[in-house]
Amino acid sequence: MNAPTNLKYAKSHEWAKLEADRSVTIGISDHAQEALGDIVFLELPEVGRKLKAGEECAVVESVKAASDIYAPISGEVVAVNQAAIDAPDSINQDAYAAWLFKLKPDNIAELDALLGAADYAKVAESE
Amino acid sequence: MGTNSQRTPLTTALHGSHVQLGAKLVDFAGWDMPIHYGSQIEEHHAVRRDAGMFDVSHMLGIDLNGPGSQAYLRHLLANDVAKLTLPGKALYSCLLREDGGVIDDLIVYYFGPEHYRIVVNAGTADKDLAWLRVQADHYDIRLTPRRDLAMIAVQGPQAREKFWQAYPASRAASAALTPFQASFDGDWLVARTGYTGEDGFEIAAPNEQAAAVWARLHAAGIAPCGLGCRDTLRLEAGMNLYGQDMDETVTPLESGLAWTLATKDQRDFIGKAALLAQQPTRQLCGLLLQERGVLRAHQAVQTSHGDGEITSGTFSPTLEQGIALARLPAAVTIGDIVEVDIRGKLLKAKVVKPPFVRNGKALV
Repeated sequence: MNAPTNLKYAKSHEWAKLEADRSVTIGISDHAQEALGDIVFLELPEVGRKLKAGEECAVVESVKAASDIYAPISGEVVAVNQAAIDAPDSINQDAYAAWLFKLKPDNIAELDALLGAADYAKVAESE
Repeated sequence: MGTNSQRTPLTTALHGSHVQLGAKLVDFAGWDMPIHYGSQIEEHHAVRRDAGMFDVSHMLGIDLNGPGSQAYLRHLLANDVAKLTLPGKALYSCLLREDGGVIDDLIVYYFGPEHYRIVVNAGTADKDLAWLRVQADHYDIRLTPRRDLAMIAVQGPQAREKFWQAYPASRAASAALTPFQASFDGDWLVARTGYTGEDGFEIAAPNEQAAAVWARLHAAGIAPCGLGCRDTLRLEAGMNLYGQDMDETVTPLESGLAWTLATKDQRDFIGKAALLAQQPTRQLCGLLLQERGVLRAHQAVQTSHGDGEITSGTFSPTLEQGIALARLPAAVTIGDIVEVDIRGKLLKAKVVKPPFVRNGKALV
């Protein structure tokens, strides 16, 4: 399974990456894009919105279905990926390059509660 | 994603071919069927621009033989098989309950006054067969379900040409077919019908030949296509899907299917009295989303004449826009702007007359 080891994962198939500037970038896993099929529409949270870990905050729609995206950790939305909104299929091409939004985390330690790549792979494969 | 059935899934004669091609398989009405072989959108475009093929063997062909065949079908179907006089000609019809509710929609092929074939949906096949048998009581007919046949739909502007490239000897039997006409070609039935809004054939062939036919069509450059794009293609083409756009709780008059009803002569058929008595308060219309987003079944629609509901919705790969069929109040007219509730936000949509796309061209 394609799940880079430098990322953390939520059971609900989001990935989170701690950046050098202490912001956290959020996207969906390769497994999630594969399951959804051709992605055609994104609804992303507004910049400035404050999210709690586990909160529904975005929607990824493929031709097949709409899928809710949950905030893996708490924080304030500081950026959304306009390029992915304009070309949603970029997530199908590379789910780890086509990020969805960035958070300024309330508490970076929340990342520790997420899964590592190996544990996430087990969760995804058991579905 | 998909539903897990406790029963062992049914498989068509082409199941091994799908697995070999790396198809993503899902449960469809109890059948383990390909939803796509990689990209649903690429498969959609292959059918609109070139040629694609579908395994539709989960649908059921039922042969009807005997001297009572025509009288039986004229009693059973809301459309009139007496319109079929040229051998091989086919007709789309609803199968109705006494109260006008739609039991199924089907295609009936005419081979002679004592020989017809009907093709019904997979999910309704058992129910239909039971109904057909009950209604057959007073008619001298024989019903033969043909689970021995596989069905492959070859669709797209290049579909017929590529089919003939694969099977040059078949050209003679099928070149002269007009739309909605079929002819026997050895032990195959080749019909110029489909469910995509494109030209093409539907080929019914014995199960044991299916994998070889599929492989030869593939080698001729016809793209394997899954049920995912079959749904986006039929919706663009403005064709109803049974169980979604109509079912036993609605009549054809409320389902955009008035054109399939032959009610104007003396013929009586099951459901006719109910249809003649009905003043429909709802109608099935097309919706074109005016903003970015995707329309989905069961989203609520607000109009100035009352509320309605989307019955089928998707993202149209051809128009790159949200499209839908929706059951709306009868007073709504084409061109009206309505609002669709998508996750609590009201987005504007235009009421249009389907189809959205036919023969590769946008019509809305």
